[in-house]
Amino acid sequence: MVVILGTPNADSSEIYAVTCSSGDPTWAGPLAGVALGLPVYHILESEVKQQIDPVLYEQQIGLSEMALDAASIIGAMLRARATPPAAK
Amino acid sequence: MILSGKKVIALGERDGVQSEAIAECVRSAGAEVVHQATKCFV
Amino acid sequence: MHFQTQQLPVIRATRYLLVHAPDLVRYGSKPSREIERNAAQLDLINSHLRSYEEALAYAPNQVYVGGLYPDDLKSVAVPWFGHALENPARHGEFGEIMPEDEFYGVLRIGDSFDMVWLEENFTAEIRTRLAAHPLLTAEDLKKLGDGKSLGQLNEQIKKGAAIPLYLNKHRLVGCFLHGHDEDPALSATRLLENLACKVIAALSLRNLNVASGIPAQAVDFILGCGEEAIGDRYNPGGGNLAKAAGEMAGCVAASGVDIKDFCCAPVQALTMAGGLVASGLHSNIAVVAGCSLAKLGMKYEGHVRKDMPILEDVLAGFASMVGVNDGQSPVIRLDAIGRHNIGAGSSQQSIMEKLVTEPLTKIGWKLCDVDKYATELHNPEVTEPSGSGNVPKTNYRMIAAMAAIRGEISRPDLDVFADTHGMPGFSPTQGHIASAIPFLAHAQKKMASGEMSSAMFLAKGSLFLGRVTQMSDGVSFVLEKNRA
Repeated sequence: MVVILGTPNADSSEIYAVTCSSGDPTWAGPLAGVALGLPVYHILESEVKQQIDPVLYEQQIGLSEMALDAASIIGAMLRARATPPAAK
Repeated sequence: MILSGKKVIALGERDGVQSEAIAECVRSAGAEVVHQATKCFV
Repeated sequence: MHFQTQQLPVIRATRYLLVHAPDLVRYGSKPSREIERNAAQLDLINSHLRSYEEALAYAPNQVYVGGLYPDDLKSVAVPWFGHALENPARHGEFGEIMPEDEFYGVLRIGDSFDMVWLEENFTAEIRTRLAAHPLLTAEDLKKLGDGKSLGQLNEQIKKGAAIPLYLNKHRLVGCFLHGHDEDPALSATRLLENLACKVIAALSLRNLNVASGIPAQAVDFILGCGEEAIGDRYNPGGGNLAKAAGEMAGCVAASGVDIKDFCCAPVQALTMAGGLVASGLHSNIAVVAGCSLAKLGMKYEGHVRKDMPILEDVLAGFASMVGVNDGQSPVIRLDAIGRHNIGAGSSQQSIMEKLVTEPLTKIGWKLCDVDKYATELHNPEVTEPSGSGNVPKTNYRMIAAMAAIRGEISRPDLDVFADTHGMPGFSPTQGHIASAIPFLAHAQKKMASGEMSSAMFLAKGSLFLGRVTQMSDGVSFVLEKNRA
């Protein structure tokens, strides 16, 4: 099982990623303190992109890829995945 | 991370990438979408 | 479809209303759920509420009522809540910012079922002030009545028949009675939301009748496009707020109907109004929307976490008059309506093609030919602390990326396009209200002064939130300076 996000910015990407892996970091929702341990990726990450038919990807994601701040979103995803569960 | 053969939860956002678009993409990579939801931050 | 210019409908005027309602934040959906879980949350919320003066001097609120132009925000230091404007006016060019105590009085005036009970001393206090209000009449003031004693209020609250209404956090000034003992669609909290939506739409409409030169009696149809759905448990969304607001505004010749499409509803309603006018079915259609009380304090946790004031403390409404071409007011280009049709798919590219590129291509325009785009205009200072980002900026970059894909601009110029053809978000996060329409009156003013020729209004609706489809919706129209 893997979670793929389409969140529009770094903050939301990080919150969603951490929520799905080690529990809601804002302690606002039902997943506060619940570690689902799911791997989480963003649709803009190259690891995901390279597995998708390029024509379809361009059609479905192309505009978002250009408009959204992909670098900061990817940075947030890397941070979320790198943080050890105990510290999250 | 290999998508092929995986079960996928697609979580989209209205003004980012909506879950339908994510689902279409990951299916093309051989994944099965078991849950999809689009959020709206406002 | 081809229209002669004289057949195109116009927007005669648009007016707005903001109500500062800090003591209703506790009844917002998110705060009320958190308070129910942990009563201490109420103290936390109360300790982060703003005064009326602070809300009045808050630059984005002044933009909403016409005291500032959206681009003026670029020169206001951030955080905006930390940089109060000097000498802010209650009445802006496009509407007012009403204080909470007077709003309670207006709620009572708009209450046809004796559900709003106000305390007698409080009633006397606000009567004088409401008497001076330019949009209220002697007939309205009669409906205030004499008020109830504190004992009567407490009795209803104690036996669970009503919810309390406070002022300045702790002063009990009224209560709102349940409309039915068992029906959740008629609970006091639901009816408070619905009645607030009605009276804010109605006051906006009264203001519009003055501003548009179309008196209440000359309005022949009303389209309601606010957030609330009126009804009872057998038909929770079946009712009609448009006609209710019209009644309170004195539009005796009008009938009306509500339009539902999540945040698309106002732009949908304006295009439909345009179509109804162009067809000759109606001549003066008021498009109105009240507030979303449920969204008060929606992101309060983010604000409190950053030790900011709770900025979602205002209720917002608007009213816009669509009529036959008067040779002056800006026209709705019915030959350039964008629609996110069912088969279009949900990628941002297909949404933007349907809402922006296709309608502009129909009239031979490029993306750069539109002076300003009005899209989601949510105030980023409200959304960013909870991780929701800068919604207008994201939307403007999508439009800019579309212009880049079409070769109108180069990719490094995305931000320049977004800055020039967009604007900073300034609208309160009042749901439908924030979708494009807060720019209507600004655009009309700029077109009248010759500083602007065209603006596109586009909105997206989150249909998927209702769990009957994964789709979203979208609609757009071009507003153009009248060339008659």
